[in-house]
Amino acid sequence: MLLPIIISFTNSLMTEQEIGSNYDLVGQMTNAATGGKDAFVNLKLIPDWVSFEQYNKVLLATPTYLNLFWNSVYMVAIIIAGQVAVGAFAAYAFAKLRFRGRDRMFFVYLIAMLMPFQVTLVPNYIIADKLGLLNSAGAIVLPGIFGAFGVFMLRQFMLSIPTAYVEAAYMDGAGHFRIFHQIIIPLIKPGIAALIVLLFVDYWNMVEQPLIFLEDDFKQPLSVYLSVVQQEARGVGYAASVFYMLPMVLLFLYAESYFIEGVQMSGIKG
Amino acid sequence: MFRVIMRRHSVVAIWFLAPSALGFLVFYLIPFAMGLWYSFLDRPNDGSFVGLANYKELLNSDSFRKAAQNTFLFTSVSVPITIALSLLLALLLNQSIYLRNWLRTAYVLPLVVPVASVVLIWQVLFDWNGTVNSWLYGFGLSRIDWMKSEWARGVLSVVYAWKNIGYNIILFLAGLQNIPKDYYETADLEGAGTFHKLARITLVYLTPTLFFVVLMGLISSFRIFRETYLIASDYPHDSIYMLQHYMNNMFLSLDMQKLTSAAVVMVVCLLLLVSGMFALERRFTKDLD
Repeated sequence: MLLPIIISFTNSLMTEQEIGSNYDLVGQMTNAATGGKDAFVNLKLIPDWVSFEQYNKVLLATPTYLNLFWNSVYMVAIIIAGQVAVGAFAAYAFAKLRFRGRDRMFFVYLIAMLMPFQVTLVPNYIIADKLGLLNSAGAIVLPGIFGAFGVFMLRQFMLSIPTAYVEAAYMDGAGHFRIFHQIIIPLIKPGIAALIVLLFVDYWNMVEQPLIFLEDDFKQPLSVYLSVVQQEARGVGYAASVFYMLPMVLLFLYAESYFIEGVQMSGIKG
Repeated sequence: MFRVIMRRHSVVAIWFLAPSALGFLVFYLIPFAMGLWYSFLDRPNDGSFVGLANYKELLNSDSFRKAAQNTFLFTSVSVPITIALSLLLALLLNQSIYLRNWLRTAYVLPLVVPVASVVLIWQVLFDWNGTVNSWLYGFGLSRIDWMKSEWARGVLSVVYAWKNIGYNIILFLAGLQNIPKDYYETADLEGAGTFHKLARITLVYLTPTLFFVVLMGLISSFRIFRETYLIASDYPHDSIYMLQHYMNNMFLSLDMQKLTSAAVVMVVCLLLLVSGMFALERRFTKDLD
């Protein structure tokens, strides 16, 4: 299970030469090239010589990385903050309020959540164009904020809070905004933590949307550039992916206790 | 009384829902409705209504059929297998407390590995000269061109399982811990066997969790496109050419008619599938509580 993580990390500490000699066969059909003799990629886990050469290239020598890293950070941060806030409000309506057409409307959200991005690609492109969002982060951030996943997940958590709490508070004269803010939100903190992690994992890895909506290379998030780098310079690729994995691993370790508790709760009332 | 509550709730609900519903309308519903409309026109700008002609053409197109078939096959095989495997592991992990937390972390960590890194490792392992082939060679077997043969589908399924098992396990563990212990005790008193308990108690009470897991599994099975795209680009081997590849390529070749009608077909399938799941869930959970 952990092999890919270990490989990325140890390989990132090798020199470009070592990486090159280990992997120079990838993508070649060597049967003919080596005169029939079979040759293989050398998957080495322990570097001959621990070197920070790749990190130096990623962090100091190429300012592009940091620029793209920053693009990733701010786009993802805005999407997460937005989707959590917007989603929590909508989830409250779906979980704790009764109104006509509620279940039907929620079903529509559910279907939207399952739709792959490609389904609404063309119209989304046209709408982004009409709103003047093309080639700007807005074309990615705004649809992200209104994603249905947050609504769905937070609703699951709110369903597991007994409605009696809400009713009792209501009888005591608290308004719905107050109930939402002072009772529901504190109780679903684990759910919010879990949602943040899952959204982070998802959007930190986005590839399709930026490729289509962002024309300029310097506006791309790191996720898009990473795959380009890995084709061109494998050695730097490992260091870049470790650097790129770092925020996710840190967030995950930090949120794990919350997260696991949170995901568990959402499973309760499938 | 109920009417009054309804009316009072409706007014409040509007405020809670407004931000989400508005954004949802602009960025999801209207785009989808527009897509639906385009799928009945002969061209996107000032096109005239041609009814189902685009759909007819779509269904006659070999690459669409291939893509739909592959997507269906991948989802209907990988998702159930991964879920069954996760359920099995969850049942095992639920037995022994020893090492449980460590194993749980190890199973969940793949979720945080960036797609691009997965791709890098994948290349090293499944290349013609890759590590897996060197193992095969070591055993005296002939090597396999993993990504350029029918095997690609299998490799994709392995990566999918690797990524998603941990998440499912956690959900199942939570569901399992939620089943009251006295159900099992009563069953023991009545002399029920292990299999009987599994079928009549565990699986029945896991149904809501299962529903959630299946939904999540569906979503992530569509996401596997990212990995495929990054490793094999626009035109991967035939066996892993997915609907998303098809739609992406139609977009790049500006064939909006095929793209939008393919999208509509996909959503109709999803609709049928999810409605079916809801109906099933209702039937299975009717006896609960």
